[in-house]
Amino acid sequence: MDIKRVKDYLYWLYYQYLLITCSYVLEPWEQSMFHTITVTIFAMVVYTAYVFVPIHVRLAFQFFSQIFGGQPESTV
Amino acid sequence: INHIVHNGGLYKRPFNEAFEETPMLVAVLTYVGYGVLTLFGYLRDFMRQWKIEKCQHATEREEQKDFVPLYQDFENFYNRNLYMRIRDSWNRPICSVPGAKVDMMERVSHDYNWTFTYTGRVIKDIINMGSYNYLGFAQNTGTCQEAAAKVLSQYGAGVCSTRQEIGNLDKHEELEELIARFLGVESAMAYGMGFATNSMNIPALVGKGCLILSDELNHASLVLGARLSGATIRIFKHNNMQSLEKLLKDAIVHGQPRTRRPWKKILILVEGIYSMEGSIVRLPEVIALKKKYKSYLYLDEAHSIGALGPSGRGVVEYFGLNPEDVDIMMGTFTKSFGAAGGYIGGKKELIDYLRTYSHSAVYATSMSPPVVEQIITSMKCIMGEDGTTVGKARVQQLAENTRYFRRRLKEMGFIIYGNEDSPVVPLMLYMPAKIGAFGREMLKRNIGVVVVGFPATPIIESRARFCLSAAHTKEMLDTALKKINEVGDLLQLKYSRHRLVPLLDRPFDETTYEETED
Repeated sequence: MDIKRVKDYLYWLYYQYLLITCSYVLEPWEQSMFHTITVTIFAMVVYTAYVFVPIHVRLAFQFFSQIFGGQPESTV
Repeated sequence: INHIVHNGGLYKRPFNEAFEETPMLVAVLTYVGYGVLTLFGYLRDFMRQWKIEKCQHATEREEQKDFVPLYQDFENFYNRNLYMRIRDSWNRPICSVPGAKVDMMERVSHDYNWTFTYTGRVIKDIINMGSYNYLGFAQNTGTCQEAAAKVLSQYGAGVCSTRQEIGNLDKHEELEELIARFLGVESAMAYGMGFATNSMNIPALVGKGCLILSDELNHASLVLGARLSGATIRIFKHNNMQSLEKLLKDAIVHGQPRTRRPWKKILILVEGIYSMEGSIVRLPEVIALKKKYKSYLYLDEAHSIGALGPSGRGVVEYFGLNPEDVDIMMGTFTKSFGAAGGYIGGKKELIDYLRTYSHSAVYATSMSPPVVEQIITSMKCIMGEDGTTVGKARVQQLAENTRYFRRRLKEMGFIIYGNEDSPVVPLMLYMPAKIGAFGREMLKRNIGVVVVGFPATPIIESRARFCLSAAHTKEMLDTALKKINEVGDLLQLKYSRHRLVPLLDRPFDETTYEETED
């Protein structure tokens, strides 16, 4: 019963995605093309975020902690 | 918004009109959706041009490919690539009288709406929220139908002539005298087609050297009539009296564009109820402006005659004004009277002039006798002259239905445009995929609605338009509201950010309420 509710909810989310991006009105082959492109772009965004965001956050944190809590050793 | 104190005490009752703003996220997503559809439209056009796909729409012939292209503008692009995909929500064939419930023939399409085939099944008893059946006179039983049948057996169906030649029946004279009494004007004239009433009579009234001030959202018949007349046309913002006053002032001060001569006539074209917005014209202010600047007023009451006012006499009675203040009162019989045709009412000299000079009177076939009898019977019913109170009960039922339906929809959280008292209820959909989805989902639940998109509305403001009727009982409205609620949750249509305090009981009379935000 729970699995069915989860599946229904996921299907409803998929239906909202179809309505908002207007792929609801496209023919099946156009829909496949559109889903492929969307999934590719989304995967690339996720990969870029995974590779680059932690390093940038760490560097930014170091930069700001240098300015605000600056130890004398930084000038030597 | 209460205007009782503000505009010099012109309004005798509150004027509640609201057009909620489009939420920003919804507007952005709508544009995204249209962007995706445009890209796919270009792709399909490319494939059709290079013969990868069969071309099923209208194109020029092979010999004419070198001529100026006919089908390259935006309207045709929209037609091929967006309208065709959701075309099954329009032109649905119905096969019974369009009353409160209607039967519809079922269609399927196997090639994505380019062609349709009938399955042979008839979908019965669909609740009809799309017909302009405001007072419920679209019936095939009852006094109107019996009277029309008698006249049909007496006069036949065709008239075979124009009004000026030998097509002027005594029924037409009786009808015109009745219309004049109904509206409270001196004289009236009836025509066979409502669209032709506007487009053929405005050229007879104004010409070159006259000025027409027309509302932004006027109907195509008024626009066509104004353009055919050859007068100068200036547009003022929808229902905006400051814009109208500015235009009037400029017209009086500057006169005609090049010669600076005064305008021969200034005619203001407004409608009683605007059918796409559900808004009612600010008639007291328009009449005050008309008197101040000495211009003429043409009021098109196509949707408001029979539907507004305590005894159904239209928007003039709704505001408690004098019918003699409106120079030309035009209306149609299609909506509240269950017939077809239009009329113009006004002073006797005006109507006598129109009898000779109007194109519709001289060239168009006059109204068919059974239709005339339907109008006579229904008008007598509304006025109460047939001895019953059926007409008054219908007008009151329509007003109650309107208030109930609009309040319930607003409580559910939909964005509804227009005035509180107008029986035309536009529900905003915005996104193009939801236009097709709403029409189909409502049909699956046995409710017939009319959905509207571009070019009848601005491109992001597509809507579903409900037309209430006195023939709808409270049970039908409750069923319809329940299904609309379901579909609204399914499609996520509840965009409104204002919250109404829902009343604990649901009384069926007029109550005032506070609009609060939570």
